[in-house]
Amino acid sequence: MGEKDRLFTETHEWFSVEGDVATLGLTDYAQGELGDIVFVELPEAGRNLAAGDVLTTVESVKSVSELYAPIEGEIVEGNADLEDDPSLVNSDPYGKGWIAKLKLADGTDLSQFMNAEQYEAHIKG
Amino acid sequence: MLTQEVATVRKTALYDEHVALGGKVVEFAGWAMPMFYEGIISEHRRVRSTAGLFDVSHMGEFLISGADALPALERLTTNRVASLTEGRVQYSAMCYENGGFVDDLLVYAMPGRYMLVVNAANLEKDLDWIRSNLTGDAVVDDISDETGLIALQGPASEGILAGVTTADLTKLPYYHWVRAEVAGRATTLSRTGYTGEDGFEIYCDPEDSHTIWSALMEEGKAAEIAPVGLGARDTLRLEMGYSLYGSEMDANRTPPEAGLMWITKLSKGDFIGRDAIVRKMDEGIDERIVGFELTGRGVPRPGHRILVGDDEVGYVTSGTFSPSLGRGIGLGYVRSDVTGELSVDIRGSHIEAHTVSLPFYREGSIKRGR
Repeated sequence: MGEKDRLFTETHEWFSVEGDVATLGLTDYAQGELGDIVFVELPEAGRNLAAGDVLTTVESVKSVSELYAPIEGEIVEGNADLEDDPSLVNSDPYGKGWIAKLKLADGTDLSQFMNAEQYEAHIKG
Repeated sequence: MLTQEVATVRKTALYDEHVALGGKVVEFAGWAMPMFYEGIISEHRRVRSTAGLFDVSHMGEFLISGADALPALERLTTNRVASLTEGRVQYSAMCYENGGFVDDLLVYAMPGRYMLVVNAANLEKDLDWIRSNLTGDAVVDDISDETGLIALQGPASEGILAGVTTADLTKLPYYHWVRAEVAGRATTLSRTGYTGEDGFEIYCDPEDSHTIWSALMEEGKAAEIAPVGLGARDTLRLEMGYSLYGSEMDANRTPPEAGLMWITKLSKGDFIGRDAIVRKMDEGIDERIVGFELTGRGVPRPGHRILVGDDEVGYVTSGTFSPSLGRGIGLGYVRSDVTGELSVDIRGSHIEAHTVSLPFYREGSIKRGR
């Protein structure tokens, strides 16, 4: 799964799909805006989410933010490494700082999401 | 998006500096100020370990002068102005007749006059209040626009500042000020701050702020000095349990509730709010500020409910993740009988906490009593 296949939301989540599982996190822009992240609530496996549902909350020193599920799906895994080191979201937002994996519902429409280039334009807009 | 918002607010003389340093600029009290540059935690640690540089030029400064400046200020403020000899600085507050806070402030005793340093968000309100309540031969001048303010804070501050000032800092005790040059520019320099560390606040002509800021950044290189934003200013003050206007203090809270009777001298004679404060103390206060630490995971935020068992006993006024302690800490108003185990309602989860005596952080480098 290459960098160019990563998809983005207007609310600053990214995700990439492999088979029927989407790995999801906060964008580099979002982590930069939030600043030092000190807690990420571990998303619990097995929970079903509709698109737009709150997936988890992310606490930075300054504020708390909600992370939304961009697509319908079931949480298969939360990134347990973030319990020990939530700053991974700051240091490696697209890698070790991933937040959850979602099993996609059948026939999920991915056409509404932005690619990297479009997202770049969105945050500069 | 952000640049548009910023265009409508005021900028300090160091604004371009903040942008060039990569500061994340936010609106605060009508000013475009840096929230952080590198990150709140690293800036916080920099101040605790060596030194950090803050632009706090948004703060307000007033001069009170006239033959009756002393009695007028004695009536306006809660602390004892008569004990403030020239060269000293005093932490104080102004209260309304009902004992509620107008603002907290610093008072500098200068030759023939006093300088007051007030919160940026309260500047206009304070000025109106002072104007309406000055008595005798006393006048107030707002010199905020002609005054820049840079704070150098951290255990390495004295060594850094000594390299660029004419002042003999070994002879400048805590909460004292002196007129001295910094980087060749005239300043009023005080050994004060809001971090719990040794440090200085440097009042200057805004046109000189760039020169002074650059000289301190340069002189502090060996100590790895870093610029520090408002984010770490808040975590540093909160680790010390220092009150913030708008959080622990407002028009509806009085010094005994806020734990600020140490700056309220009932024995000095009459001052605005004294009767109400005395009455409040006679009746007994229902709620008071406490400090608490979370034992569970989470960050308390202003407005979160404080509970004992299932009983709501108060609310959080300030909360953060303490970089020094590695856990959530906060201040809050709770029922006067409450102490010990608590919990904080963080988005529906009751996170365990317990009250602690202040400050939260006890390793600060402030040099008291020198």
